[in-house]
Amino acid sequence: MIPELGLFALVVALFIASALATLPIIGAARSNLAWMQLARPAALAQFVFVLLAFGCLMASFVNNDFSVVNVATNSNSQLPLPYRMAASWGSHEGSMLLWVLMLSGWTCAVSLLSRSLPLAMVARVLGVMGFISVGFLLFILLTSNPFDRLLPPAMDGRDLNPLLQDPGMVIHPPMLYMGYVGFAVAFAFAVAALLSGRFDATWARWSRPWTTAAWVFLTIGIALGSWWAYYELGWGGWWFWDPVENASFMPWLIGTALIHSLAVAEKRGAFKAWTVLLAIGAFSFSLLGTFIVRSGVLTSVHAFATDPARGTFILLFLLIVVGGSLALFGWRAAQVGFAGRFDRVSRESLLLGNNVLLVAAAGAVMLGTLYPLALDALGLGKISVGPPYFDAVFVPLMAPVVLLMGIGPLARWKQASVADLAQRLKWPALISVVAALALPLAAGRFSWMVALGLLLAAWVFTTVAVLLLQRARAGAGQLARQPRSFWGMVVAHAGVGVFIVGVTMVGGYQSEHDVKMAIGSSTVVGGYRFTFKGAQQIQGANYVAMRGDFLAQHVDGGRSYTMHPEKRVYQVQGMPMTEAAIQTGLTRDLYVSLGEELPDGAWTVRVYHKPFVDWIWGGAFIMALGGLLAISDRRYRVAVKAVELPPRSAPPPIAGATPGATPGPQQPAAT
Amino acid sequence: MTPRHKRLMLAGVVLGGAAVAVTLVLNAFNSNMVFFYSPSDVLKQQAPKDRTFRLGGLVEAGSVKRQSDGVTVRFAVTDTAQVIPVEYRGILPDLFKEGKGVVAQGRLEADGTFRAQEVLAKHDENYMPPEAANAVERAAKAQTQSRDTLQGARP
Repeated sequence: MIPELGLFALVVALFIASALATLPIIGAARSNLAWMQLARPAALAQFVFVLLAFGCLMASFVNNDFSVVNVATNSNSQLPLPYRMAASWGSHEGSMLLWVLMLSGWTCAVSLLSRSLPLAMVARVLGVMGFISVGFLLFILLTSNPFDRLLPPAMDGRDLNPLLQDPGMVIHPPMLYMGYVGFAVAFAFAVAALLSGRFDATWARWSRPWTTAAWVFLTIGIALGSWWAYYELGWGGWWFWDPVENASFMPWLIGTALIHSLAVAEKRGAFKAWTVLLAIGAFSFSLLGTFIVRSGVLTSVHAFATDPARGTFILLFLLIVVGGSLALFGWRAAQVGFAGRFDRVSRESLLLGNNVLLVAAAGAVMLGTLYPLALDALGLGKISVGPPYFDAVFVPLMAPVVLLMGIGPLARWKQASVADLAQRLKWPALISVVAALALPLAAGRFSWMVALGLLLAAWVFTTVAVLLLQRARAGAGQLARQPRSFWGMVVAHAGVGVFIVGVTMVGGYQSEHDVKMAIGSSTVVGGYRFTFKGAQQIQGANYVAMRGDFLAQHVDGGRSYTMHPEKRVYQVQGMPMTEAAIQTGLTRDLYVSLGEELPDGAWTVRVYHKPFVDWIWGGAFIMALGGLLAISDRRYRVAVKAVELPPRSAPPPIAGATPGATPGPQQPAAT
Repeated sequence: MTPRHKRLMLAGVVLGGAAVAVTLVLNAFNSNMVFFYSPSDVLKQQAPKDRTFRLGGLVEAGSVKRQSDGVTVRFAVTDTAQVIPVEYRGILPDLFKEGKGVVAQGRLEADGTFRAQEVLAKHDENYMPPEAANAVERAAKAQTQSRDTLQGARP
């Protein structure tokens, strides 16, 4: 019964979405108040029904209902409960349902938090989001029904892929999808503005917090995915330039460009057409990513050819959305206007340079991701484009972005004086160059790559410091009076610096050693002595494992750490899995993973010393924190709350605008 | 400078920058493309001698031999028609198994051994690396074709 209820809820949601996609937009065009007013309740109802469907799917997983194909292929009665719940999005069908759940959730959030917006705008924005929802609900119902029944029911399930049985699976996909799908809001605002022909600073202001929120989720999602790959895949890498990773990275690059160009659109009224284009681009890349990951082209172009329904559907939908919105843009572009004048040297021009580079970087990633797929699809041979290509492209494209990032916030809007900038940047430049040359020499191994990385990181930190000094000197208490969005920028930019330190140090100074270790033997890697004490068999929840016992200690003495890497075999699928042991530290990770047992009782072991690797994810989380600070800026909240509350009351804690900032005693403690 | 000149110059700078970026990207792309070959291709001398490429197929049953240092492994990759010996130093992926699909990236040595820098196996039990599947498929096709021509030749 539960799966049928879920399917029924999806069908109802499709009808609601169809109404949402049409009536409010027509209403807005014809100034029909009643039709426009349909948008909010429809958005809410859609969310309720999609949530119901998702709940039904999760209930089927939790109840071990193996009469559902999806559950039978992706779960097992031995699977621990949290993973049974996470298995809801472990399959293609389930993850598409998660996609729609996120979309309807964003739609619902927009409808609830948009009280200060004109009704016609709300109707258009929600209508556009409803249209996207129709596409994806149809996709699920026509090609990827997660509630398909299996007759006769299976005795037990085939289990979730052991790689996915990890806490990362519980939080990474929802975060990533929140980000991916969140760009639908920016897209909807852009299309709504195109439909209405109204482009003023308020449009950018409405769109900004939503875009930043999506960007924050995407940043966290990508960072979590990278961290998961680092500790779970057992190779110790943090980024592989894999098509699946690139699929999420392209919208991130465009989204980063978008939040900066939105800033110009809001503050200066410039870059409007460009901003609209970026908003369309960010969501188009999200859809493209969905196509790459979900159509099956990655597994094999031939698999795609034998079951083309899914890929073709997404591709068609992609063409309709991108083509339609670009056509609309072409039609309205003249009205958007390229208003806003600025000098060659100004914050605008610096941000524009930054934008162009970010878009170029996204284009380079797209080329490296799609070209091999296209060649293969056309039968012109199989090629792969690995990390060397992306590294070769990314460093020269991103280094200027980071340099501009340091200058931009110090430059004046409209017209900046070169002499003035040079004066301010004198010290940062000097300190950065000295740091870039001195630090690698002090570390004992000089390389130009490390020098460049440290130059960029030092540049970020010193220019942020100059910015803070400049504001502090403006007068007593000036720094404290800066808006949250200013602090958001400062924090996010500092996060980039932290990230660069991590990437540079790992890239330049990591040590890796694949070695055969007999019991009692030891090996020295990165200044640490690793001693192998032995391995023994243990029984896990749904696996058996050989558990290694290692002792790691710095050669100069000091604390010693016991480390327990595992080699697991998951019983249902008989699939082996390496579980690395990682000793995390602020300035380095020690990483041990087991290879295989040799006939003489020794093991092959992979040992890594990874300096500053955690700064990579730390930097990403700091960037996300900066985004959160920016969203919590008062001017967005005032705009949102002004209509809702009588002005005499004290400002209550704002729900939604600042996630996590409302420690409610009414909330039960997380257990 | 008139505003018009300024705008033209800005456009020029942007376009120039874009041109530099495109050149850089295409250049990097060209020099870092890794082509894929099957064992049959390699024995037909189609694979490059001085460039990294990918070799895909099945790990030949009984071919995996661990060298005395414990971490160097020799095995053979086959597309069921031809066999290429591979040497790899390092830890093999979890799903590396005799008789299963594998993709190795590296260079061909003068003695005909493929020295792999990287060995990839499939992600799960059901899924075969696309390159490996492709190699076996093509070899099978080639075999049926040659059988067909043989049969056709027979009166």
